[in-house]
Amino acid sequence: MISGEKLRNVAVLGAAGKMGSGITMLTALEMAAQSLLPENVGQSYILYAIDVNNENLAGLLRYIENQASKYAEKNTVYLRKVYEDRADLVENEEIIREYVKHTLSIIRPVNRIENAAEVNLVFEAASENPDLKIDLFRQIEKVNPSKPWYLTNTSSIPISRLEKEAGLAGRIIGFHFYNPPAVQKLIEIIPTHSTSEDLRQFALDLARTLKKVIVFSNDKAGFIGNGHFMRDILFATGKVAQLAEEGLSETQAIYILNKVSHELLVRPMGIFQLVDYVGIDVCQYIMQVMAPYYPEERLHSSLLDRMLDAGVKGGQYPDGSQKDGFFKYEKGKIVGVYDLSTKTYIDVNLLDAHAREWGKPWPEGVLQWKVAVKMGNPYEALAQYFSGLKGMVSKSAKLAMEYGKASAEIAIKLVNTGVALSEEDVNTVLRTGFYHVYGPVNSFFE
Amino acid sequence: MTAGYNTVSLGTGRSEFNPRKPRPGIEHYMAEAGKAVLAQIGGASNVDECVVGNFMAARFNRQGHLQGFFPYIDAGLQYKPGLSVEGACASGGLALITGMRSILAETADIVLTIGVEVQNTVKAIYGADILAGAGWYQKRKKGHAYFFPGQFSDRAGAYFEKFGRERTRRAFARWYRNAIENARLCPTAQEYENKTEDLEALALTEPNGKYFVDHLNVYDCSKVSDGASAIVIMSEEGLQKAGIALHDAVEIVGWAQSERDITQDPPNLTELSNIKQAVDRALRMAGIGIHEVGTVETHDCFTIAGILGIEAIGLAKPGEGPDFVLAGETSRKGSVPFNTTGGLIGWGHPTGATGVHMAVTLWEQLTGKAGAAQIKLNPQKPYGMSINMGGDDVTAVVIIYKRAH
Repeated sequence: MISGEKLRNVAVLGAAGKMGSGITMLTALEMAAQSLLPENVGQSYILYAIDVNNENLAGLLRYIENQASKYAEKNTVYLRKVYEDRADLVENEEIIREYVKHTLSIIRPVNRIENAAEVNLVFEAASENPDLKIDLFRQIEKVNPSKPWYLTNTSSIPISRLEKEAGLAGRIIGFHFYNPPAVQKLIEIIPTHSTSEDLRQFALDLARTLKKVIVFSNDKAGFIGNGHFMRDILFATGKVAQLAEEGLSETQAIYILNKVSHELLVRPMGIFQLVDYVGIDVCQYIMQVMAPYYPEERLHSSLLDRMLDAGVKGGQYPDGSQKDGFFKYEKGKIVGVYDLSTKTYIDVNLLDAHAREWGKPWPEGVLQWKVAVKMGNPYEALAQYFSGLKGMVSKSAKLAMEYGKASAEIAIKLVNTGVALSEEDVNTVLRTGFYHVYGPVNSFFE
Repeated sequence: MTAGYNTVSLGTGRSEFNPRKPRPGIEHYMAEAGKAVLAQIGGASNVDECVVGNFMAARFNRQGHLQGFFPYIDAGLQYKPGLSVEGACASGGLALITGMRSILAETADIVLTIGVEVQNTVKAIYGADILAGAGWYQKRKKGHAYFFPGQFSDRAGAYFEKFGRERTRRAFARWYRNAIENARLCPTAQEYENKTEDLEALALTEPNGKYFVDHLNVYDCSKVSDGASAIVIMSEEGLQKAGIALHDAVEIVGWAQSERDITQDPPNLTELSNIKQAVDRALRMAGIGIHEVGTVETHDCFTIAGILGIEAIGLAKPGEGPDFVLAGETSRKGSVPFNTTGGLIGWGHPTGATGVHMAVTLWEQLTGKAGAAQIKLNPQKPYGMSINMGGDDVTAVVIIYKRAH
């Protein structure tokens, strides 16, 4: 059970953004749940949804209205009990509407950060820019005398840096949701050395209340999720360069790496499609944030730079549909691959035929991710599939084995350098946060 | 009765059903079923009267006044008499009874009878509000979110307490399996494409009262369905006029229709008292005993209603309905095959259409037109019986059929 007091007056920064809207929704629903408990009747609950974009704030309210309706439709049995003394609410529909109205009444969509002057708790989901985040924290600290707690959704910036530069000693913790927060089960919790025990416990209880899978990460730039993801990207971009040297065009190589990492590695999407999903600019930015903390590695990709120089960014439209990036998408499906030399998209069918020719014999009877994900325990099937792959003499199978091995090495390094507490934690992050059907630390690629 | 027709029972389970895409309206179902039977009886000019049974189109479809759609089905029905009747899930049965009365009163020789309901216009949680209208509105506030599943869950709970839970739940699971296996033989059934291998194991899923009801799971429940059924009720003169051979028709040899006070709770949760007395009356009218009935279409809106139906009919003593089911007596190879095209759980339950669907199924079975679902009827037991229930044993319509000759 989470302590009710802290959840009575809350602010979300960047509330209408991609991550912020999910966090605001989950927080609003949790606050509504708290407010409906008999012991909390009469208490006021206020959630400031702070964002500079008014259009997105309107969209946020529609989104929350929708999600609250869905919640209420699933939990009507419970809500009828909650409202059993309200003689005016008879039908399910009346009860569901009342609940949605109540939930929306908790939210104050606002633009100004000064609204956080009285809050006890701040969720921060602003852009992944340390200076911006620090500035926002300082502004709140200036107007809010009640020493609020801060839960930051940063996916890469060391929490201790934010803590120190904003003067928040002990009052900040990393609380990293995965995208989209309403669906993804994973939360990475990142305490600093000085995070108070109360805050640590609160974060843990809150994540449990939200029914999330919890992984603690040490406070090292990129944490576990991006620690693996960024290096996974860099392995792929390195391979693209290598294949280009061997005579393939860069576009062909990008397509091959994506196809191999998607299909042959049994992942939900290929590596460059995932970069598009997250945003090429966001990936580049995360690498920039992480790079100074790992001077011995070169956390930088010139391929991402060149894509961004060409004005190609990926990411998503506000309705969640995919913008073009490395790939051109139609209804979510890849139909073209960006060619940096001509600045146009090349028909995916041509590239697919080429990839099969290059990687022949292309493995047959590949275990599909969507099949594996439905198996309760796909380990046996995966072991059999990868052992078949290992025995094949083909460039495509060989590349897949190399890729799997590199992914395992990245994971083990995260443990050896003290980012992750265990190999199992890395596996959990990749399986729940990235929807992989197996963790990177395994015996498939040895 | 003759010339029956069922549309597909559309809803979850049918591969053509997509809740996000637009679907046919209520008039489409009436037209499909209506046109199909008119084609079998020599056209609309032969029809003297029309009756439609429907429960809640006024809320599901924002449409009342359904008899106005008869001339839409066929211009030949323009200016002919039409009626709309309502009795919750027994609306279809009431439509049959209404048509039969016109024949008996000799005001008509041929009555076109349609039952129709289109329920997938709202999510199930809101559909529960609409269907709750089959109970007393003053009990809605205290009732369950899923009002009728809640009523029958209470009956199941009482039955468990009195006669044992484990064996009864196994009988529920067998009932479900029989329903799906029969539905797989009927192309219009909602569960026609069901591919589950171990149906009984699935049906034994523990009920979860937190999100649904305490004593039933979703497999114990009938389907949410869109569909229509139609059949024509004729006098012997009507049959001649339409050029239909006697052996292609079924004779109605007995029936009963009765009401129990909607404001009162059932006198005994483990008994369907209204159905029980209606069955007795119908049998007496037919002058036959229950053991002459070769097949039954009973109102299994929930598995517990199926079991209680067996006991109300008198095929098993109170508490022994589960044994009757577990012994295989109600399966299509048993002594009295029940719900041979899947019933409300397997074929589907477009509420206002169900009573008519039962008549169509029995007409098909008794005249040898049931296709892959055809059962072999014991010549010693030539009668079919339909039991159509409205609300929690509030309206009962029981009809006994026999092939005409």
